[in-house]
Amino acid sequence: MQAEQLEIASFLQQHPPFSELPEQTLNDLAQHIEISYYRAGRDILQFREPIHDLYVVRAGAVETFRRTGELYNRLGEGGIFGHMGLMLNHRVRFPVKALEDSLVYCIPVAYFNDLCERFDSFADYFETEDKTLLRHAVSEQAESNDLTTVKVSSLITRDLVTCAPHTTIREAAKQMTEQSVSLLLVTQSVQQPSAENNDASNIAGILTDRDIRSRVMAEGLDFDVAVGEVMSENLVTLDDNAYIFEAMLSMLRFNVHHLPIMRRGRCIGVISMSDILRHESQSSILLTRGIFAQQTTEALRHYAQQLPAVFVRMVNEDANSHMIGSAMSVIGRSFKQRLLELAEEKYGPPPIPYSFLALGSMARDEQLIVTDQDNAIILHNDFVEAQHGHYFENIAKFVSDGLAECGYPYCSGNIMATNAEYRLTLDQWKMQFSDWIEAPNPKALLNSCIFFDLDSVWGEQRMAETLRQFVAEKAPKHHAFLASMARNALNRTPPLGFFKEFVLEQDGKHRQSINLKRRGTAPLTDAIRVHALAIGSMSQNSFERIEDIKQAGLLPPGKAQDLSDALEYLSIVRARHQALAIESGEEADNNVQPDMLSSFERRNLKEAFRVLDNAQNFLKFRYKASVRI
Amino acid sequence: MAIDKNTPLDWAKEFEQLRQNSRNEFLRSFYKRGMVSGSTPIADIPLVALDFETTGLNSKHDDIVSIGLVPFSTHRIRCAEAQHWIVKPRRTLDEQSIVIHQITHSDIDDAPDLHEILSDLLDAIAGQVVVVHYRHIEREFLFQALMRRIGEGIRFPVIDTMALEQEALQRKRGILARLLNQPQPSMRLPDCRKRYGLPPYQLHHATTDAIATAELLQAQLAYHYPPDAPVRQLWC
Repeated sequence: MQAEQLEIASFLQQHPPFSELPEQTLNDLAQHIEISYYRAGRDILQFREPIHDLYVVRAGAVETFRRTGELYNRLGEGGIFGHMGLMLNHRVRFPVKALEDSLVYCIPVAYFNDLCERFDSFADYFETEDKTLLRHAVSEQAESNDLTTVKVSSLITRDLVTCAPHTTIREAAKQMTEQSVSLLLVTQSVQQPSAENNDASNIAGILTDRDIRSRVMAEGLDFDVAVGEVMSENLVTLDDNAYIFEAMLSMLRFNVHHLPIMRRGRCIGVISMSDILRHESQSSILLTRGIFAQQTTEALRHYAQQLPAVFVRMVNEDANSHMIGSAMSVIGRSFKQRLLELAEEKYGPPPIPYSFLALGSMARDEQLIVTDQDNAIILHNDFVEAQHGHYFENIAKFVSDGLAECGYPYCSGNIMATNAEYRLTLDQWKMQFSDWIEAPNPKALLNSCIFFDLDSVWGEQRMAETLRQFVAEKAPKHHAFLASMARNALNRTPPLGFFKEFVLEQDGKHRQSINLKRRGTAPLTDAIRVHALAIGSMSQNSFERIEDIKQAGLLPPGKAQDLSDALEYLSIVRARHQALAIESGEEADNNVQPDMLSSFERRNLKEAFRVLDNAQNFLKFRYKASVRI
Repeated sequence: MAIDKNTPLDWAKEFEQLRQNSRNEFLRSFYKRGMVSGSTPIADIPLVALDFETTGLNSKHDDIVSIGLVPFSTHRIRCAEAQHWIVKPRRTLDEQSIVIHQITHSDIDDAPDLHEILSDLLDAIAGQVVVVHYRHIEREFLFQALMRRIGEGIRFPVIDTMALEQEALQRKRGILARLLNQPQPSMRLPDCRKRYGLPPYQLHHATTDAIATAELLQAQLAYHYPPDAPVRQLWC
């Protein structure tokens, strides 16, 4: 016989949001509570540990903290904590400590979800008043991750030590030892930089401990050789306003280990890969570095098996979708780059300049776990089929086969560089794009919309740049083209019914589920692309495109933010779904069953789909109304 | 720990002995579920807080009116598994006890005899260490109640939060206080709870009292014992 818990019920009844619940529900709830005692000073919840209950302070007081250790809130009798963790990833967001000796009630998550489902007033309590649910969920997510919220300037801890290019290695080494630094910034000017006026902006290069070891000592050079002879030149730099995450991406993309950080044209410090690694262990960085160390396709194939684990770790570390998408794209690029290096070793250096392109999600930096390879080649206009054709065919085949080995399946639509149609010279590509844009055919565009997301991964970056510029200039002027792209973007609709309930797939293997890619991220990305083309944006990443769209004032106020929130939410749910599948040894797909989600996740999803629905309506209005085909 | 005169050194062995000697099937299956070894860390032990309301204070004459219990660990008290029974005492209820536990004649009129729920009760506490506040009530009342019904008593270890409290206070009390024989603070459940910042409850409902006792033990353990303290330091 189950015992009534009148003491607990009468306590809950005095505190919102429980006070809103009917008596019978309260009595039942009281019978499902667990109780725990914490002595003052003890940790109740630790950051990121799994959380399975909603907590109510019965007696005593607790303090909640941001992950930075900063006090977030102080709660007394009747205070509630843990809901953020329950609503987002079932991991603790705000660590909690007992301030006084405290007795806490714990409500199991299933029971909490059930109450939210059954009582709107109860669910509403957990939403803040001034933000929409989605905004809230997404910003909470962002807040919990340092890499996207902390600026690179915070990593600069050491003073900058500079020297002139004519300094000898001996002097430089002495200077480094005296100042105990492992890196010197080599500047053109001899003047000592001062705060007001310095010439440090004239960065000639950097010299590291490692350079002295590998380029001077190992090469048997004289210690009187000038620093300018052995330093690293042509540095990639970053603005001090950039986020740590962007620094990480720059290092990965350009395969460099040091980044001078600039403020108004002046170098204020240099950060290294190890600074970032120290800041947060990022397995994706390590993976990328390893890719370049593999000597054969077979070794790469073996190495690629770690990819799912890295993906899962990133998701579990609460990276946002932009970070995950970028990191996975950088990893994919690295595989391509290494394969191209190997191909050029095998078939010799390229007879004419070329650029190997990534298309679609990789070009947008939005790849999740392994997707099809979509690629193409831009050839220099000097290309002569009889002379060079065979070389590029070989290269393309080598890379494409290698990618398939590494777990990036061949593109089912045959949009790959192995297909001669997609190995064109720069001029031929321009003609091709002119054709798509000036004489648009919605049906043909359906297959080629992937080409409007392109990025160079190897070779002459400038060629891809030229092509992007070409498209950005042409597209805004051709309404019929934009109208066709808009029409295509309406093909896939969000899975919401008339009464805002989910419409589930009714047949096939994935019955009773929602395909988050086909019904969510893909049509949303399509909509964003149309706007980006309309304003001549050169950005490829959807979040960056949204930023450009916002700047251009194309959308009504607030709508750009909505798009960004919706994309982030749909993407992260998709990523989590895939991570979960991988963790349980299943094949990752895009089919989410709403029944498996918490009521909060379901509400957020509906909200995100509603944004997509509005975005599609806006597309119809914005591009079709003014179309003259 | 204040050791009772006949506390066995090894409860696990004692249970085996008791099982062999018992003639009652409920008791035999109770003992058969065994008892943890005294060296087991308290954090690893399944506990069950138990409380009786009775017709009076003398176990020889008085009888049990209601039983409340709640299983718990040093980490969590699991209300979902709490149980409560009202049983019909084999002695009349007097007005004085009704005032305390508010169980009336009409409540017990339809209630079963303890014998009828014995198997459920023993099943709920078997294999766990029983926790009470003031062991002389629960252990002796159950012993006598069974004597009357099946002609055989019951023995099991208990952790007594009152005894733990006395011991803790004794350690804290200075020599001077002991020499001067200053009066000991109150050992009543609500007063003990207050010392740990535990909230006042409407007591004398067997389930609430059981939960109150479980909370008190969690607090005492948090204050006075490491999580790996062996249970033999606590039970008697």
